[in-house]
Amino acid sequence: MDAGFAYAWLVPALPLLSFAIVGLFIAPRSRQAAGLVATASVLAATVIAVIIAAQYYVAFPSGGDAIIAWSFAWLEYAPGLTATIGVLLDPISVLLLVVVTVVSLLVHIYSLGYMADDPGSGRYFTFLNLFTFSMLGLVVAPNILQMFICWELVGVSSFLLIGYYYQKPSAVAASKKAFIVTRFADVFFLIGILLLGYQGFQVAATVGVPDGMQVFDFLFLTAPSTVGALGDASLLTIAMVLVFIGAAGKSAMFPLHIWLPDAMEGPTPVSALIHAATMVVAGIYLVARLFPAFAGSADALSVAMIVGAFTCLFAAVIACTQNDIKRVLAFSTLSQLGYMMFALGVATLASPLGYAASLFHLFTHAFFKALLFLGAGAVIHAVHSNSIWEMGGLARRMPVTHVTFLIATLAIAGLPPLAGFFSKDLILAAALVNHHPVVFAVGLLVAALTAFYMGRIYIVAFLGKARSDSAEKAHEASPVMLAPLLILAVLSLGAGFIPVTEFVGLPSDSGHDHHGPAWLPYVATAAGLAGLLIAWVIYRRPTEGEAEATGWRVVLQRQFYSNEVYLFVTKRIIFPFVSAPIAWFDRHVVDGAVNLTGNLTRWSGIVLSRLQTGQLQTYATWFVGGVVVIGLLFWWWVR
Amino acid sequence: MGGPVTWLVILPLITALAILAVSSNRTHVFRWVALVGTGLHLLLTGFVTWQYWVQASRDGATTGDGLFTKLYLVERVPWFESLGIQYLVGVDGVSVAMIILTSIVIFCGVLVSWHVVERAKEFFALLLILVTGVFGVFVSFDLFLFFIFYELAVLPMYLLIGIWGTGPKEYSAMKLTIMLMASSALILVGILALHHGAPVPTFDLTQLAQHSYPLAFQSWVFPVIFIGFGVIGALYPFHTWSPDGHASAPTAVSMLHAGVLMKLGGYGALRVGIYLLPEGAKEWALVFMILTTINILYGALAAIRQKDLKYFTAYSSVSHCGFVLFGLVALNSIGIQGAVIQMFSHGIMTALFFALIGMVYGRTHTRMIPEMGGLGVRIPWLAACFYIGGLASLGLPGLFGFVAESHVFLGGFFGNPWIDTTLTRTLTIIATLSIVVTAVYVLRGLGTVFQGPLDEARFGHLTDATLTERLGSGILVAVLAIGGLVPFLFLDLISPSLVPFVERLGDALIRLGVL
Repeated sequence: MDAGFAYAWLVPALPLLSFAIVGLFIAPRSRQAAGLVATASVLAATVIAVIIAAQYYVAFPSGGDAIIAWSFAWLEYAPGLTATIGVLLDPISVLLLVVVTVVSLLVHIYSLGYMADDPGSGRYFTFLNLFTFSMLGLVVAPNILQMFICWELVGVSSFLLIGYYYQKPSAVAASKKAFIVTRFADVFFLIGILLLGYQGFQVAATVGVPDGMQVFDFLFLTAPSTVGALGDASLLTIAMVLVFIGAAGKSAMFPLHIWLPDAMEGPTPVSALIHAATMVVAGIYLVARLFPAFAGSADALSVAMIVGAFTCLFAAVIACTQNDIKRVLAFSTLSQLGYMMFALGVATLASPLGYAASLFHLFTHAFFKALLFLGAGAVIHAVHSNSIWEMGGLARRMPVTHVTFLIATLAIAGLPPLAGFFSKDLILAAALVNHHPVVFAVGLLVAALTAFYMGRIYIVAFLGKARSDSAEKAHEASPVMLAPLLILAVLSLGAGFIPVTEFVGLPSDSGHDHHGPAWLPYVATAAGLAGLLIAWVIYRRPTEGEAEATGWRVVLQRQFYSNEVYLFVTKRIIFPFVSAPIAWFDRHVVDGAVNLTGNLTRWSGIVLSRLQTGQLQTYATWFVGGVVVIGLLFWWWVR
Repeated sequence: MGGPVTWLVILPLITALAILAVSSNRTHVFRWVALVGTGLHLLLTGFVTWQYWVQASRDGATTGDGLFTKLYLVERVPWFESLGIQYLVGVDGVSVAMIILTSIVIFCGVLVSWHVVERAKEFFALLLILVTGVFGVFVSFDLFLFFIFYELAVLPMYLLIGIWGTGPKEYSAMKLTIMLMASSALILVGILALHHGAPVPTFDLTQLAQHSYPLAFQSWVFPVIFIGFGVIGALYPFHTWSPDGHASAPTAVSMLHAGVLMKLGGYGALRVGIYLLPEGAKEWALVFMILTTINILYGALAAIRQKDLKYFTAYSSVSHCGFVLFGLVALNSIGIQGAVIQMFSHGIMTALFFALIGMVYGRTHTRMIPEMGGLGVRIPWLAACFYIGGLASLGLPGLFGFVAESHVFLGGFFGNPWIDTTLTRTLTIIATLSIVVTAVYVLRGLGTVFQGPLDEARFGHLTDATLTERLGSGILVAVLAIGGLVPFLFLDLISPSLVPFVERLGDALIRLGVL
């Protein structure tokens, strides 16, 4: 093992240390210092992560072995059932390490400018550090328990950051919703872990666990013998679907997607980091991490494919009608996550092109989506509004933001040679190669829709004339905010040329057709161009009242009423018909029984005390009466 | 005179007497006496823990298996020899854990009760007498002594709530006392039966544990004992004293009561019930598993609807205490370990909650959740502590609650050879739903109180925690974090001592290896 890998634990540890120090000591005193220390810690983590990735790449240029760089027995539930904390380095964790540290670093730097005037920014940077630590811990998790632990921690960091403006009721509601919806999904994940732990334990007892491995380790759970044994017990599909539901919650797959659009209540850099580039891909990452186990169950993969493809289309359609620039981007994120999920779903162990394509898209998407959000943040910062209809004509006033936003728009629209082109092309190819024509068609349609809605917000926000006074007076963001935009723009331009697919490809991948038919890139590009063109035609000179949706578009704008359905279920069904009756039942029936017992005792005491009159006649009467009754009973009994 | 364990029990009593000796108009003096007394107690607890650790590790090293299962720091004095009653105290890992819990809670309780005004002298004295009883229970290994201490711990509660309480305090105090007395009667019946059924007349727990009671005997004594302890451990449907009791009790009493006293239930059910009557436990485990599953989910669902912060926390406690009993009746090493961890972590967590509620109430003069809002701006320290406690209670990893709950869920899921695992798994899955419900009520409740817009006219003047309050709540928060980050320290302390319990059950521990 390369000596450098031994320091891999520093990557998550530095932000953790910084979280503790900043949170306890620095943030209460100086918010400027808090921002700088937090950013410095992530910078150091990024440097180490990049060095490790370079070393790993040099050692294994076309993917390679999983290395446990560091591990520690954290919690021993029982002999042979230990939760370890450790660092796993393999192609996908190394890839994600780089993505997470780089995007996190850029967001930290950007936030130094974006949050400069916010009196609570000490708290902001504390939470941002906490998130970075948790996400890195999740990425390097060598076992499913550590994954779950960090999974919950990213959830809580996301909650804290969405609710950062905690005096704003909508932000509070959004933060609660995000946490509770993902927690609901996590229950299934937890049950899946319990099932895998239990069954893994059985397998371990019969087959044995390889040296240095634990039952919860991914390497054990995805080993062919374990997968086979789980399949024999016909529990593999159940376990994998349970895990998938957890993943779907975090990655906001339909119908658990409802928290993500609301999560845009958080500060915009948070949306860029957590709700676009990193945390929401955790679900994709989890499925990829357990891919060999998923691949053992065709049904589980089909679920992933169908849910992914549906979300991809559903969210793209909604994105076309939203007026809030961040909400368009949020639905766009949902849609792109759908791409990644169905790409995993179409892959098989024999033909795993979708697996590599999914991770490739995760990689490229992180850069251009973060860029879109940070660009939107710069615009919102300048215009003081989220509505695209209060922007317009920003191209001249914010030239750098404009150019970077345009690059990201073209990248997500899938135009060559930008990053999104390569990864989306590969996903479409994977659907074709593995014979899923419907999914392919959905993917192609969404490619056009993506170009359309992105073209729409780009044209409305940046071209034409200013539609509000603040848009008139908008001016370019500060250099500390522009630098991350430029770096991300370079990455959005060039990330497609990084040979990610070869690097993350599964060992069985060699010798397979890596690309779909020769016509595919042309068709995909044409779809993107068509979308942009339609957007141009419609929104070049938007008609008055375009912001107000009418007719069927209301249904889209209201997101097919999915929020209303959820609210109905919780507020109208669970609270009044489950929770309230239980509270009532407890106070009146269970406690009523207690009070009844008490009262009966008291009444019987009162009644019996009446007998204690102190008069001999009364006692004698009762005595005689009692004797007569007993005598009669006795007589009746012996008769 | 007396070993460290005896001192552990009588030090609070001495402190109580010292407080009574102080003239009652010198309030700050007996506060300090209470603080110094409980502070000394904390040090003594540290000493006992260290002694236990040293001696036990030495034994573990010599026997080579690393297990230290005996009692340590034993003091044994014959008392009524003809009846087999003796003064027998000592500690094992579980006792040590519970003693640490109690010492921390009472110390913090004194800190946050700094400003109790009305008859403060008697208040502190009674509180410390109660604590004497609690410590006595945790170190007694003679059942007769155990029961005496148990009563000593339960009785002062009546006065503490009846005199210093709020709301319908007489009703609550009476209800609590009567229900706990009724449960004591069950416990007494159980203990006398154990004594009677033993081959030699003794109350010595370690000797009784050598004996296997006949099955018929176990199957009627176990439920008597388990329900007896279950009442104080808030076993459904015998939990209703607890919301009323907590709501009416003053801050420090709620802290001690929910934090420590309710743990006597789980402790007793383990130490007396499961340990002495393993066959009875196997027979009844399913029934109690169903009841405790109800506990967990029902308490959480009821908590959603509560408007009063104290009822809110009390129902949350019903849910969390359900985890203790659920872990116990999983009847395997993971579940029992989880139960002990949950006793500790919930003890700290709930003490923190009640302390914070007291502090919030002292400022806002209301406990009604809907009346508050946006308080986080004015009292950030209290808000932060409340949120950390809340996150611990919803089982966030990195805090102690997760360690406990993950044990309990695993324990329930792994099940045992005496109940159909499909049933235990189904019940465990139902219980896991509580983690969502808990998230709902915690975030809704805390969100309403601390977030959103602030009513400037009503709450604009609030000031954040004072030094003593910060110290009291800070210690509790720190314990939650330490327990969650380095749980192995705590597990190393308790898990060897759990071996005898599991061995009595038969093959549950070994079962994990031979499934």
